[in-house]
Amino acid sequence: MAGGTAQDNGTQGDTYKEVRDWLLAPAWVTLIVLVLLPVLLMLVYSFLTKEFRGGVIWEFSFAAYEQFFCDRGLFGDEPCAIEWTYINIFWRSIWQAGLATILSLLIGFPTAYFIATRPAHVRPLWVFLITIPYWVNLLIRTVSMRFMLREEGPINNALMWSGLIDNPLQMINTNFAVQIGLFYSYLPFMVLPIYAAVERYNFTLSEAASDLYASKWTTLRRIVLPAVRPGVIAGCILVFVPSLGAFLAPDLLGGAKNFMIGSLIEEQFKGNAGNWPFGAAASMILLTLVLVILTLYARQQARPDKGAR
Amino acid sequence: MSQDSTNAIDVRQAVKRYGDFTALKTISLSIHDNEFFTLLGPSGCGKTTLLRMIGGFEDVTEGEIFLYGQEIESLPPNKRPVNTVFQNYALFPHMNVLDNVSFGLEMLGKSKPEARQRAGEILELVQLSDFAARKPAQLSGGQQQRVALARALAPQPKVLLLDEPLSALDLKLRKAMQLELKHLQRETGITFIFVTHDQDEALTMSDRIAVMSAGELQQLGDARDIYEKPANRFVADFIGETNLIDVTIKSQDGQRALCEFPNGLTLTCDARAGLEDGQTGHMSIRPERMKLHAAQVNPENFTGRVVENVYAGTHVQSILHLKDDMKLTVRTQNSDLGNSMVFEPGTEVFVDVERGAARLMAH
Repeated sequence: MAGGTAQDNGTQGDTYKEVRDWLLAPAWVTLIVLVLLPVLLMLVYSFLTKEFRGGVIWEFSFAAYEQFFCDRGLFGDEPCAIEWTYINIFWRSIWQAGLATILSLLIGFPTAYFIATRPAHVRPLWVFLITIPYWVNLLIRTVSMRFMLREEGPINNALMWSGLIDNPLQMINTNFAVQIGLFYSYLPFMVLPIYAAVERYNFTLSEAASDLYASKWTTLRRIVLPAVRPGVIAGCILVFVPSLGAFLAPDLLGGAKNFMIGSLIEEQFKGNAGNWPFGAAASMILLTLVLVILTLYARQQARPDKGAR
Repeated sequence: MSQDSTNAIDVRQAVKRYGDFTALKTISLSIHDNEFFTLLGPSGCGKTTLLRMIGGFEDVTEGEIFLYGQEIESLPPNKRPVNTVFQNYALFPHMNVLDNVSFGLEMLGKSKPEARQRAGEILELVQLSDFAARKPAQLSGGQQQRVALARALAPQPKVLLLDEPLSALDLKLRKAMQLELKHLQRETGITFIFVTHDQDEALTMSDRIAVMSAGELQQLGDARDIYEKPANRFVADFIGETNLIDVTIKSQDGQRALCEFPNGLTLTCDARAGLEDGQTGHMSIRPERMKLHAAQVNPENFTGRVVENVYAGTHVQSILHLKDDMKLTVRTQNSDLGNSMVFEPGTEVFVDVERGAARLMAH
């Protein structure tokens, strides 16, 4: 509001501008100290030389990025070939995070729709129920999930007892376990934005579609989904991005074979064996990747004929 | 039960209950083919519930609904050849006007080009061809209203349901749309069922009107019936303006009855209310069916004192006090000939009630 007045009225506008700048100061400080500085620090570290017991030597170097992309053979003297190890880890991470996002969407959308179509006075209770598991630390929840999925865990025991299987299923240390872990960790981030969008949705539109001979499925596809699209996209981003960098679920549920970016980065900063510049470089590459994906989404959102509302 | 398949809609003993609350108490009515039919009543009277039951948006608790002889009350909305113009239009916000209008045709299996061509024709009918590429949010209220109308008419429904479609428009636009709707109904030959709480709107447009209150049908008839021969106190009071007087029957002779006002004055009125001598009833006299005179013109004239005159453009509304301060409103049409029948406040005048204007009702 003050912006509009500032343009209309010269003298008063300047005062407003000053006040506005001061009011924005806490936001700027937070952004600079908590977002910009750490990222810059990582950017700088990624171009330094590693110190063998962790930490860095202040000497400019491309070594970290070269290590990520270049394979120079066992002795490091061959010409640069593409190093697939880390790219594969990245690719697997994207694949895992994408799968977790789709799984969350498939379960989260009906859940959110269900909650949003309950009577208004019971909706907060349902939202509350969805958030209850998140009062427990993520580490503890992931460890419990490991306990649930292991060979002599409750799931296998129940399946054996019911006679559906004769031998325990190998669930722990598989991609499947990582999927379940990621899905379980981030499901509410899918449910809550979609719930908010569906709750705002005008259900008379569904009645109108039905009145115009659309089946329930067509109504969902052609009327409901376009209207709640912003919520669906927000949910997908909120699940995909943290899944991509997750390390607890892959570490605890996936075992050594199912390494993801998060674990790779985490290891570089742990104990004496790490390589800080390499960890920083991997982080920067991940950050770039996420920014590119988000920018593509934002572009698509901004297209005038695609906006749902 | 055998059904007359020439009626557009037959509602038979329909009841709607929400838990303990009865929204609609056993309603039966028939809506004729090619008719402009209006459900009129105050909010909460059940008129929208009945319309939504015909459209398929509300379950019917008891009873049946027939559409040209076909039983439809258990069909979902997308299986009923009936379309609705919703109160707030419910236009699809992400589709442009043309896609909104062609949606129903596409759902009926028409090819996209065919649906679009037909939608274009309908848009022409409502004079919106220039706005086909716009989004609903880029249109004015009146234009959105016409898109909603075009969208509902495009699939050529057997019956068109209109749920207070004009209530969001300003007065002038509303008046214009009333006539446009009436013309559209005649042109298309589609049966319209129109829901409104606005009695002016109902009187202007309808072939027949069903007046509803508290989940019950109060009266069904054409505009003149409803206005001039209200079936009960509620209808008389709800439609137009009237003087409602509690009366006691003194004597009757077939067609006419002598009624006594609480203040002892008497007046002759229609006696078709089925009341016995000595019983009480309600009398309704429309303010425009009385005239004020300086001298007595009829032995039944009674006297009163003018308390206030309110100028209302087309007419002057005079508030009178009769004997014992009983209030009476008389309306005098404004005319170039001068308002010889409007008297200054304080003047004692004679009130002449037109013959047949005093209407007696039991309830």
